[in-house]
Amino acid sequence: MNSTNPDFIDPDVQAHITIENLSMAYGDVVIQHDLNFTINRGDIFIIMGGSGCGKTTLLKHIIGLKRPATGNVYFENDNYWLSGPDLQQKIKRRFGVMFQAGALWSSMTLAENIALPLSEFTELHAAEISELVSFKLALVGLAGHEDYYPSELSGGMRKRASLARAMALDPEILFFDEPGAGLDPLSARRLDELILELRDSLGTTIVAVTHELASIFTIGNNSVFLDTDSRTMIATGNPLKLRNESTDPRVRSFLNRGEQ
Amino acid sequence: MTAQHNPDFNSMLEFNNPNPVTLNIVLKGSWQLQNVLPPVEPVIRKLSSSLQIERISFSCAASTSWDSRLLIFLSKLIRYCDENRLQVITDGLPAGVRRLLDLAASSPTIKATSQRGNNESLLSRVGSTTQDLVAGAPDALRFLGASLKSVARLVTGKAQYNRAEFFYILQQVGPQALPIVSLISFLVGLILAYMGALQLERFGAQIYIADLVGIAMVREIGSLMTAIIVTGRTGAAYAAELGTMQVNEEIDAFKTLGISPMDYLVMPRLLALVLMMPLLSLYAGLVGIVAGIIISVNVFDLSVYEYYQQTLRALNFTHFAVGMMKGTLYGVLIALAGCLRGIQCGRSAQAVGQATTSAVVTGIISVVIAASVTTVMLQKMGMYEFH
Ligand SMILES: Nc1ncnc2c1ncn2[C@@H]1O[C@H](COP(=O)(O)OP(=O)(O)OP(=O)(O)O)[C@@H](O)[C@H]1O
Ligand SMILES: [Mg+2]
Repeated sequence: MNSTNPDFIDPDVQAHITIENLSMAYGDVVIQHDLNFTINRGDIFIIMGGSGCGKTTLLKHIIGLKRPATGNVYFENDNYWLSGPDLQQKIKRRFGVMFQAGALWSSMTLAENIALPLSEFTELHAAEISELVSFKLALVGLAGHEDYYPSELSGGMRKRASLARAMALDPEILFFDEPGAGLDPLSARRLDELILELRDSLGTTIVAVTHELASIFTIGNNSVFLDTDSRTMIATGNPLKLRNESTDPRVRSFLNRGEQ
Repeated sequence: MTAQHNPDFNSMLEFNNPNPVTLNIVLKGSWQLQNVLPPVEPVIRKLSSSLQIERISFSCAASTSWDSRLLIFLSKLIRYCDENRLQVITDGLPAGVRRLLDLAASSPTIKATSQRGNNESLLSRVGSTTQDLVAGAPDALRFLGASLKSVARLVTGKAQYNRAEFFYILQQVGPQALPIVSLISFLVGLILAYMGALQLERFGAQIYIADLVGIAMVREIGSLMTAIIVTGRTGAAYAAELGTMQVNEEIDAFKTLGISPMDYLVMPRLLALVLMMPLLSLYAGLVGIVAGIIISVNVFDLSVYEYYQQTLRALNFTHFAVGMMKGTLYGVLIALAGCLRGIQCGRSAQAVGQATTSAVVTGIISVVIAASVTTVMLQKMGMYEFH
């Protein structure tokens, strides 16, 4: 499993997730094929590309919701799709996922949404859980909204609440589908800071689908670029480096907002 | 991150006093979600019992591992200190801990409470449910009014709706329901013929099974059984479809386009049932008669020809007209109940479930009431003589 990224020949770097020859399809329609890249421990890894190129689909393949048409997904050395159900369950417990549309459970309050993973998977007492819930809500800027139902929140607030739920168990890997979409510039910046902070202080590996250029450059240190027309990846590596050094005009144009 | 259970709290939390006014808290071991951790209360008690202490500080062994669990321990402690004017020196904590605590503290607390409270007492719940019921009546009337206006628009050709979708609904409502309608009305016809014939046989009047089964199935029971099946199948489906659209704000999307959800969503569904219910009712009646023939021929030794002739004598146009008219009326009621509950649906998965349940309950209740009222009315109007 060689890294295609020249920045990471560093021996300290450990591969956390490895994608090998992955092809994704809905029925007979191939969305992307021959994806090969490595997400390292402590990376903030950006999945980018035009709308509809298959970013959400790729995320669903990495988090085990969709089986690849061909190819493998490794978590450290475990091949996810060749593992038994117990190991798969164990691997999944290391994730937190924030879905594109939030996916909060609509019949539960925010506190109940965030408390559910905690009460299912830890031995904490109710008082500690509610303390943790308040703390997570404060981290995403929603302090005091414990008793709200998702339908009583704005779209951006739902996004942040969904982030709080994804962080509930302090997962090793956090997946975000468009974290910044629907947030005002200040909240989006706060979110970027939070993501950086989670990586720096808890060592969380972060995989984010986003096309907000500002946030790609502030937080991302590694990335993959999916192309719609050729239906495969055309670049991987540090986004800043790709912007300045990539030889592929499609990548440069995307990262420069169409200006060469 | 292996789960270690460590009930020995002394090894995780130690205290010392570098000077008389400072309490230094030493954190060791693994402060993580999977571990059993020392509670914060003893520390707070220690602080409140000592009058000298003015500040707390921390030291943290390099081997200490931590996650949010440590953060809530600390944030509780810090909150206590802030309330009691004790100084907190966080320098000894890992940098990541300090930054996350700052980030959480910098978020403004909006002490807002949700509109919905569910800690009501039983009595007040009964009260508010009753109130909701009463308050629901004008809503239902308004819905009825809106659907009448929509019918008017449809008749004048001004309503916008999707023809392809209408035919799809028609298909779902009518032909797709045939198997279950056949099964149920066949069995009901069978029971009716058998029970009736047992009584009539005592008078040697088995031949009147044909009258009993024919008139009952065509006029009353065919449409009633069909209505109950269709409430469960189609009324529930209407409520669930429209309810889910409400949850996804799809209905709002129609409204903002200036397309009336009444015209686009409710009318095709209403029309589909109005067209299909009389046909299904008629079909159910005929299947019931077939069941009657089978029982009479096999169990009570009547011939098919006799039974057929007797049925022809028993049934007249009025019976068919009444049966189909009732079917149409039930269709209107089922469609309105299903669509009303769907449109009224709240914005959660639970609300869709409630809407579906209440569509079926409302549907069946209104069908049964309508069945009784029309039967009594027709009899008073003298339309219940059998020949
Ligand atoms: N359930 C599905 N069945 C069939 N095709 C699908 C399904 N979901 C997505 N697709 C197709 O797969 C392609 C990629 O979709 P995907 O949602 O992954 O895009 P995306 O890159 O996340 O786009 P965006 O940036 O707009 O969110 C699209 O062409 C879409 O039409
Ligand atoms: Mg997407």
